[in-house]
Amino acid sequence: MEDIRIYVEEAPGQRRELEAPTDMGLSLMELLKANDYPIQATCGGMALCATCHVEVLAGPPLPEPSDDEWAMLDTLPVLHETSRLSCQIRLHPNLDGLVVRIADPA
Amino acid sequence: MSAVISTDICIIGAGPVGLFAVFEAGLLKLRCHVVDALPQPGGQLSEIYPKKPIYDIPGYPEILAGDLVDNLMKQCAPFHPTFTLGERVERFEKLANGSFQLATTDGTEITCKAVAIAGGLGSFEPRKPAVENLERFEGGKGVHYMVRDPEHFRDKKIVIAGGGDSALDWTNFLAGVASEVTLVHRGTTFRGAADSAEKVKTLAEAGKIKLVLSSNVTHLHGNGHLQEVTITGNNGEAETVPLDAFVPLFGLTPKLGPIGDWNLDLTDDAIVVNTEDYSTSLPGVYAIGDINTYPGKLKLILCGFHEAALMCQGAFKYIFPDKKYTLKYTTVNGAPSL
Ligand SMILES: Cc1cc2nc3c(=O)[nH]c(=O)nc-3n(C[C@H](O)[C@H](O)[C@H](O)COP(=O)(O)OP(=O)(O)OC[C@H]3O[C@@H](n4cnc5c(N)ncnc54)[C@H](O)[C@@H]3O)c2cc1C
Ligand code: FES
Repeated sequence: MEDIRIYVEEAPGQRRELEAPTDMGLSLMELLKANDYPIQATCGGMALCATCHVEVLAGPPLPEPSDDEWAMLDTLPVLHETSRLSCQIRLHPNLDGLVVRIADPA
Repeated sequence: MSAVISTDICIIGAGPVGLFAVFEAGLLKLRCHVVDALPQPGGQLSEIYPKKPIYDIPGYPEILAGDLVDNLMKQCAPFHPTFTLGERVERFEKLANGSFQLATTDGTEITCKAVAIAGGLGSFEPRKPAVENLERFEGGKGVHYMVRDPEHFRDKKIVIAGGGDSALDWTNFLAGVASEVTLVHRGTTFRGAADSAEKVKTLAEAGKIKLVLSSNVTHLHGNGHLQEVTITGNNGEAETVPLDAFVPLFGLTPKLGPIGDWNLDLTDDAIVVNTEDYSTSLPGVYAIGDINTYPGKLKLILCGFHEAALMCQGAFKYIFPDKKYTLKYTTVNGAPSL
């Protein structure tokens, strides 16, 4: 399967391109951690900690958050309209071109 | 609050590993005082996953994290540990005689003969909302990030902010304690536990609490002590509400915190230890559980329990260099007590 490209906005107008495999069942959180981004992901991807919070800036539409993801997002003090838990986003061929920003750890 | 506590071992962190260390220390007749930044014991198990089953605790094919914490509390109870909860250990000093003096954020002082750091991922700190003047009213001036003692709010006017389980639970609980409770939530629906959300709505319909949806607390006002908050709707309309306390409940997140400043050898925010007794680079100070690192380290409760047992042997030798200890099984000694 083809790799896809995910972009991380590190500063306004400054985007880093990450190549992401789609055949390993990885989550966006795992891709970000593997690229040394400072997210804690304390719960290891179980939608229990919200320390993998990202903002989706552009790209293809994503599936709606599950109830568990919503419940966790609801606990955050700062929530953007496009906030997501990166551990709940599976890398899939149709996510090619997704642009995200890592939310400030509160 | 201010107090001086004197003990043999001060354990920093009431996670599973810190609690089991109390038991192991008790078998050696060492007294423990445990401090945790959280208002309840259990560390990650209580804060992140109390309702999740754990499958890799020996002797328990399956146990809920919350039940494991309850059992650990029961197991260490015969040794009468003392606890300071809801306070973070901030200051740390080794004295000339080899003992230690610690102080918490709230001014509690502890003197002890050895220190066991069981700090896990660090202390759990509140996530703070973006509210003007928030910091100005921290530290007893009206902003509370946790409810440590509900009685503190008796007959007071309080505003709670948040949409998660703790905001819902405390709204329901404090409705019967405070004179006036307002819950402010930026959304229109609650996705926390359905029955708590239902209870909040019923209380609001009965006029027992005030529910302000699609809104945020945006400003705090007061002269020395908090007196008013501004609540701004998503439509831009604002109202000012008089109050005694503002309780933003947006969950907690672990931060290494002051442990990083105590001059101990660290690698990647973890304390480097000697696996013989889990001693750190400073004699008399030990580190057990998720906070430490060594070749082959596994961040598992089971491994932390093992480390706690060896650590107590090391601490015993540090505290009583001239006493000889011979290992006795608990099955030989009978029911444990100090
Ligand atoms: C979702 C999830 C599932 C897990 N499942 C399992 C499992 O199935 N099996 C397993 O073995 N492990 C599991 N773990 C890992 C396990 O939870 C940890 O290994 C364990 O909690 C470590 O215990 P601890 O006592 O070292 O630290 P913690 O549980 O992190 O507790 C440390 C405590 O120290 C306090 N503290 C830190 N610094 C200070 C300070 N300066 N002052 C005061 N207090 C302080 C903190 O507030 C905290 O309460 C899981 C973890 C998560 C997140
Ligand atoms: S890693 Fe914990 S919620 Fe995503």
